[in-house]
Amino acid sequence: MEKRAVFRAGSLAYLLILPQLLLVFVFFYWPTGAALYWAFTLEMPWGGGNQWVGLENFSAVLNDAKYWSSVAASCVFAFAATALALAQALVLALFVDRQLRGSKSFRSFYVWPYAVAAPAVSLAFRFIFAPETGLVAFVNQWWPGLWNPSINGAQAMTLVVLCFAWKWIGYNFIFLLAALQSIPRALTEASAMDGAGPLRRMLDIQLPLLTPTFFFLLVINLTESFVGADSFGIVDILTEGGPANATNLLVYKIYSDGFKGLDYSGAAAQSIILMLLVMVLTFIQFRWVERRVHYK
Amino acid sequence: MSSISIRNVRKAYGKREVVHGVDLEFADGAFVVILGPSGCGKSTLLRMIAGLEEITAGEIRIGDKVVNRLEPRERGCAMVFQNYALYPHMSVAGNIGYALRVAGVPKAERERRVAEVARVVGLENYLSRRPGELSGGQRQRVAMGRAIVREPKVFLFDEPLSNLDAKLRVQMRAEIRRLHKRLAATSVFVTHDQVEAMTLADTLVVMNGGRVEQVGAPAEVYHRPRTRFVGAFIGAPAMNFIDGTMAADSFTFDGRRVAVEWPFARAHAGRPVALGVRPEQVELVAADSPGALPATVDFVEELGAGRVVYTDIDGLPFAVTLSEETDLAPGERVGLKLLPQSLHFFDGETGLRLGLAESVETSRAAVAAA
Ligand SMILES: Nc1ncnc2c1ncn2[C@@H]1O[C@H](COP(=O)(O)OP(=O)(O)O)[C@@H](O)[C@H]1O
Ligand SMILES: [Mg+2]
Repeated sequence: MEKRAVFRAGSLAYLLILPQLLLVFVFFYWPTGAALYWAFTLEMPWGGGNQWVGLENFSAVLNDAKYWSSVAASCVFAFAATALALAQALVLALFVDRQLRGSKSFRSFYVWPYAVAAPAVSLAFRFIFAPETGLVAFVNQWWPGLWNPSINGAQAMTLVVLCFAWKWIGYNFIFLLAALQSIPRALTEASAMDGAGPLRRMLDIQLPLLTPTFFFLLVINLTESFVGADSFGIVDILTEGGPANATNLLVYKIYSDGFKGLDYSGAAAQSIILMLLVMVLTFIQFRWVERRVHYK
Repeated sequence: MSSISIRNVRKAYGKREVVHGVDLEFADGAFVVILGPSGCGKSTLLRMIAGLEEITAGEIRIGDKVVNRLEPRERGCAMVFQNYALYPHMSVAGNIGYALRVAGVPKAERERRVAEVARVVGLENYLSRRPGELSGGQRQRVAMGRAIVREPKVFLFDEPLSNLDAKLRVQMRAEIRRLHKRLAATSVFVTHDQVEAMTLADTLVVMNGGRVEQVGAPAEVYHRPRTRFVGAFIGAPAMNFIDGTMAADSFTFDGRRVAVEWPFARAHAGRPVALGVRPEQVELVAADSPGALPATVDFVEELGAGRVVYTDIDGLPFAVTLSEETDLAPGERVGLKLLPQSLHFFDGETGLRLGLAESVETSRAAVAAA
C-alpha cells in the first residue's frame, strides 16, 4: 500500500512556501506599494522626507504634452510590433505546418531569438542598421540620407518595432505551430473533400481553430510591448527614446524621468497609470475579444 | 457513369509497402464493402480513391477518367470519416452547407438544399447547433448530411459506424442502406465488422495484409471462401480447421483417418491440406455413431437463440452451434458428424481453396469417418 506523508502541523507548510512568498513580496508587492506611496507624495531627490500631495503628481503627468506624445508612441509601437510579430509568425507557422509536418528542428530554430536578451538583440540591430557603417549603409550610398533613424523619428520607430517583432516572432511561431498541428488532420481532409483548396482550408478551418491561441498571443504581445522589459531594453540600446522623443515609450519615459531626471514622484505616478492601463487593456480583451473566439 | 476501376494499385510509405498491387472493379451504383482486420490497408486504399493519399503505382479510374493526379475536389467523391471530422466552429447547417459555400452556390439555394438534406438525415431541428452539442448518432448524421448535400458520384465511408453503440449501429446501417437506394451513387464502405459488411454489401472485398483475398457477393464469400484466411475471418464462431494430409480417398490427421469422397482428392493426394468446417454445419450425434468423430465437450455457451458447444477432438478445439436446447455437460463424450456438402479444403501451404476452379456441385465432398 502506498504511504502518504501527512503533516499535522501547518507550520512546516508555511516554512516551505516562505521563500516563494518572500520573493513575490520583495519583488512585486513591495515595489508596487512603494510606487503607490511615491505617486501620492513628493519625494525629495536628495532625500529628506516625503510630502503628501494627493493627486498633484497625476495631474502634473496628465497635463504634460510630452506624456501624451509618449502614450501615442507606445500605442503605435505596441500595435505595430504585435501585428508584425503575429502576422509573420502565422505565415511561417502555416508554411511549416504544410511542408514539414512533424519536423522538430524548425521549432527550436525559430524559438532561439526569444531566448536572446533584448539588449543583445538590440546591439545586433544597431550594428546592422547603423546608417554609416551598418549592413544597410549601402542605401545611403545610393541615396544619401535615405536611412537615418537617429534623426528621423518614423525610421527610429520602425527600427524598434522591427527589433521587437524579430525577437517575438519565434515565440509566437512555436505556439501557433503547436496549435496548427493539434488540429485533427481529418478536418483539413474533410474540407479538401468538400472542395476547398489549400488557401480556402487555411481561411475556413485552420484560422478559426487558431483563434484561442491567437487571442492568447495577442494579450501577451500587447502587454509585453506596452510594459515589457524587452521594449525597455530595445529602446534603451537602439534610440534612448529619441530622436525628439519619437520612441520615448511609456516604460522608457518612466525610467528616464525617474532615474535620469530624478523625478521619482512623477515616474511613480506614471507607472501607476501604466499599470491601470494594462489592466484595462487586458480586461477589454478578455471581455470583448474572447467572446468572438471559438473554443472547442 | 461512375464505376471505379483500380488497377495494380500499390502504396508505400517510405520503403514499406502497405498495399501490394490491388485490382478491383466496382460497377456504377454498387455498394461495395471492403472488409479486413485492422491495419490491412483498407483505409489507405479508400484514401487513395479519395485523393487524400498519393498512389505509389498503378491506376485508379472513376468513371472513365484516370484520377491519379487529380485533387480530391476534382474527383467528385464525398467521404464520411471515422471520427466524423465535423468542423467544430460551424453549426450543423454550416457543416452541411460548407461544400456548397465553397462551390459558390447562392445563399438561397444553399439554404434550401441544406434544409432538404437535414430533413433526409433527420436533423431539421438541430440546424443551429454546434457539433459539440450533439450526441454521437446526431454527429454521424451531420457527417452523412455533409456528404450527400453535394450529390456526389461516389460515396466513401471509412468505418463510419465504429464509434456508435450497438443499437445505433444497426439503425444507422439501415439508414445507409436506404440512402444508397435513394441516391444510387457508387459507395465504398470500409469496415472491420463482418456483420456490417455482410448486411450492407452488394459486393464484398476481403483484404488482408495489403492484398485482396476475395471479391464476391456476401453469400458467395461466406459459402465459398477463396482462402483459409477468408474462411477464418468471416463467420462467428469462426470456422473450425483441421490440419492434415490428403490421400486419394481420405483425409488423415493426428493418426485419424476420415474417408472422403471428393473429386479432387486424388489430385492433391500426399499434400498437406486444411479441412475447414463451419460450426453450424456439424451435427452432434452419439459418441459411438458410425462415421462420427468422437469428441469431448469442453463447455457450452448459451446465446439465447442458439448455443455454441465447444468440444475438443483429443486436444484439437472444435466448435459446434446448435439451434435446439441441450443439456450437454462438460466432459461428456459426443460424436461430430460432418456434413459432406459443407466441407472446405485449403492448401496446407498457400491457404488457397482447393478445387477452386471447379463448379460448386462437383467440388462438394462426401465424407464418412473411419
Ligand atoms: N501515414 C502513414 N505513414 C506510414 N504508415 C502508415 C501511414 N498510414 C498507414 N500506415 C500503415 O499502413 C498500414 C495500413 O493502414 P490502414 O490503411 O490505416 O489500415 P486499416 O484502415 O485497414 O486499419 C498499417 O500498417 C499502417 O501502420
Ligand atoms: Mg482504417
